[in-house]
Amino acid sequence: MTEIESNPVQRRADLTRACELIAFRMGTQEFCVDIMSVREIRGWTKATALPKSPSFVRGVVNLRGTVLPIVDLAARLGFPAAEPTARHVIIVAQIGVQTVGLLVDAVSDILTVTDDLVHPTPDVASDMAKIFVRGVLAVDQRMISLIALDQLLPACEQDAA
Amino acid sequence: MDAMVAIKQTFFQECEEQLGELEIGLLVLQDGDTDPETVNAVFRAVHSIKGGAGAFNLDELVHFAHVFENVLDHLRAGRLAASGDVLKTMLRAADMLADLVRAARDGGGTDAARRDMLAAELRALDPEAAGLESGGSHRDSSEDNSEGPVFEAVPISFDDMEIEPAPGEHHFCIRFTPKPDLYAKANETALLMRELGRLGEAVITCDFSRLPVLDEIDPEGSYLSWTIELRTVQDETAVRSVFEFVEWDCELDVVPGDAVQRVDEGAVESLIEKMQATIEAELASQKVPPTAIQAPRDELSAPTAGSAGQASSNPPGGKPDTGKSSQATIRVDLDRVDRLINLVGELVINQAMLTQMMLEAGLARASGVANGLDELEQLTREIQDSVMAIRAQPVKSVFQRIPRLVREVAAMTGKTVRLTTAGENTEVDKTVIERLADPLTHMIRNAIDHGLETPERRAAAGKPEEGLVHLSALHRSGRIVIEVADDGAGIDRPRVKAIAVAKGLITADAPLSDEEIDNLIFLPGFSTASAVSDISGRGVGMDVVRRSILALGGRISIRSKPRQGSTFTMSLPLTLAVLDGMVVTVAGETLVVPLTAIIETLQPKHASVHGFGGNTRVIAIRDQFIPLIDVGHELDYRAGFADPCKSVALLVESEGHVRSALLVDAILGQRQVVIKSLETNYQHVQGIAAATILGDGRVALILDVDAVVAGSRVAGAGFEQFCAAAG
Repeated sequence: MTEIESNPVQRRADLTRACELIAFRMGTQEFCVDIMSVREIRGWTKATALPKSPSFVRGVVNLRGTVLPIVDLAARLGFPAAEPTARHVIIVAQIGVQTVGLLVDAVSDILTVTDDLVHPTPDVASDMAKIFVRGVLAVDQRMISLIALDQLLPACEQDAA
Repeated sequence: MDAMVAIKQTFFQECEEQLGELEIGLLVLQDGDTDPETVNAVFRAVHSIKGGAGAFNLDELVHFAHVFENVLDHLRAGRLAASGDVLKTMLRAADMLADLVRAARDGGGTDAARRDMLAAELRALDPEAAGLESGGSHRDSSEDNSEGPVFEAVPISFDDMEIEPAPGEHHFCIRFTPKPDLYAKANETALLMRELGRLGEAVITCDFSRLPVLDEIDPEGSYLSWTIELRTVQDETAVRSVFEFVEWDCELDVVPGDAVQRVDEGAVESLIEKMQATIEAELASQKVPPTAIQAPRDELSAPTAGSAGQASSNPPGGKPDTGKSSQATIRVDLDRVDRLINLVGELVINQAMLTQMMLEAGLARASGVANGLDELEQLTREIQDSVMAIRAQPVKSVFQRIPRLVREVAAMTGKTVRLTTAGENTEVDKTVIERLADPLTHMIRNAIDHGLETPERRAAAGKPEEGLVHLSALHRSGRIVIEVADDGAGIDRPRVKAIAVAKGLITADAPLSDEEIDNLIFLPGFSTASAVSDISGRGVGMDVVRRSILALGGRISIRSKPRQGSTFTMSLPLTLAVLDGMVVTVAGETLVVPLTAIIETLQPKHASVHGFGGNTRVIAIRDQFIPLIDVGHELDYRAGFADPCKSVALLVESEGHVRSALLVDAILGQRQVVIKSLETNYQHVQGIAAATILGDGRVALILDVDAVVAGSRVAGAGFEQFCAAAG
């Protein structure tokens, strides 16, 4: 969490077609999402479990009167599921018309990058990487994966009824 | 420009209402009602559409409405009998009028040939064109009863006067008494007088006699009336057209002066005597002292002149109309209502939180705070009810579209169909109504196209050739139930099964009950029609219907008897916003069970629970064995099964009157909860109807009882999923 304060200003300088990203940690890895799709960041509160849902859906919480589903991003990306504590945070993100909470370990940084800094996803075998990672950024010898939000929710299973 | 667009929009909204009234009126007339007020209402509807359309230069619409209005005018004047054929033509004309209105609103054209044909048919009904003129005397006699012995009420058939050629100058005596409504609609009498003055030489006298003293004056009342002596070269129609837009809001009497002079003095005399005799007889029958009877003639005229309804343009049944128009309504943007409803929803949650906090703070139940909270709770509930009532609308608006649909589909299929409806005043939330139209349309089409047989086959089966489709709506246990029943052939089960096998939807040896076979028609891609018709879809029909109803939180079921017909039953929630629920705990989770589903709660005893093979258990309740469903297991909250003796059983009734017992850990209480959709930000979860927010701010899930019951059956019997889903 202390990394937020050491936010490096120089990275934002001299950039023409810049976009801002919010970087966060899950385990030892770093990821980021477009800041424009993030509505707010809040602390973890216990979620109400949803029956018959994929394991990466932690449940739903009350966000000022709205029922907000919580996706465990680690579990969604194929990592071991998080053991949420009070230090975990929920990134409230807008995906299309829906608002979804993403459970992550901690928010680490705000990055200002241009498109040319985003490298294509390395051709690795992982299906998860291909579906959810739009590209990777190299920042200070760290690798930060840019997450494509639109695939996060489980596909609509109309006939599950 | 914007203002104009807005006005136009209002006009089209009003058109829809008028068209609805028109259709209802015509249907009532078709059923043999001869109330002149109904005819007037029908006339008024067409007249208003014409008037509005004229203001927007919608020539096609004006022209057709004008032809229609002319024929209706004859009907109104009694020159045209409301026979079945006439009304059939009028109903089709009403459909055409609706099409023209929609074409004018949405752009796009209409079938000009059809319009011209109908216009010609309407003209053919015109008795004047056909040289018939028989209504006059009938009209006179009907008015005799309502006329008093006052001068201006002498029964003259003005319609006859209209027809007479009018050479040279005419003399009219116009008596004009505005009603308060006239002013309320922003009309100005001075302008009307000015308009009259333009027609010719007018002598206007104002009658102040009804003006009360100052402190009794209602500022919105109407006390003045005018008598205008008009000399003009124009005919009576021109004079009346001045009052065209205030016609319904005033007493108007236009008496051609020369005609008045022609009336035999003796006739007036004898009429007055006749009236006097009638009144005497009436008074005598009421045992009023004889002194009252000896009232001289001029006094006699006083009470009658004071009473309204004298004007010849107003039939005796005119009274209810004034009552109707004074029922004030406003148009409100739906977004505003929705916002209000959301806010009230938040208020309810907040109030619940407050109550919980009070309990946690350990305040005494009898303390002032607790009493205040109780009152707040009551108020909140009332506010909520009132707000919900704003959105509640009778299903009439959907039902109104059905007769036309039935006519069209019947014409296309060559079947004769009679539609009966019941319960069209059943109220339900607007959102439900809006989303009801499509599935209902589909069901009606299906009932006529697939349900009813052709007239020949009906005759062969010994049924009347006219097929019957019955559409009804009613409230049942906090839901609205809509039924579409036909008296057709019923579902051809062997054929349905054969088709499902042929399409690979089921295996040939699947052991299906009759009910399960019926439900096969809800499968995607199933169609029994041997030829794909324009009318009921391409094998998407019932599947789409079922899905749109499920999406509304409703269910659809079917009952069918061979050779007797089928009944489709839709059951929908009344509102998509609040629910009375029982708060229970299951495996550490809090759930809300809709109260409407629960019949009773009980504590199972060890002796009453019996195993029933596999994991199924039943519970004996008053000599009945009822399946016991472990909610925790059903929703995958726990792998094993709960001990029934340490749990509570909720006896519930689900679709099709199936009783089951739901096993939960404990009951926390009963509460009204605000329904929050899970689909907004997530998706449908099987077994869960929606979510809500409880007093502690946490989300609780609302159980979909029917889905849980159906789901347990699937699990228990290991049966194909769709059957349960469809049932």
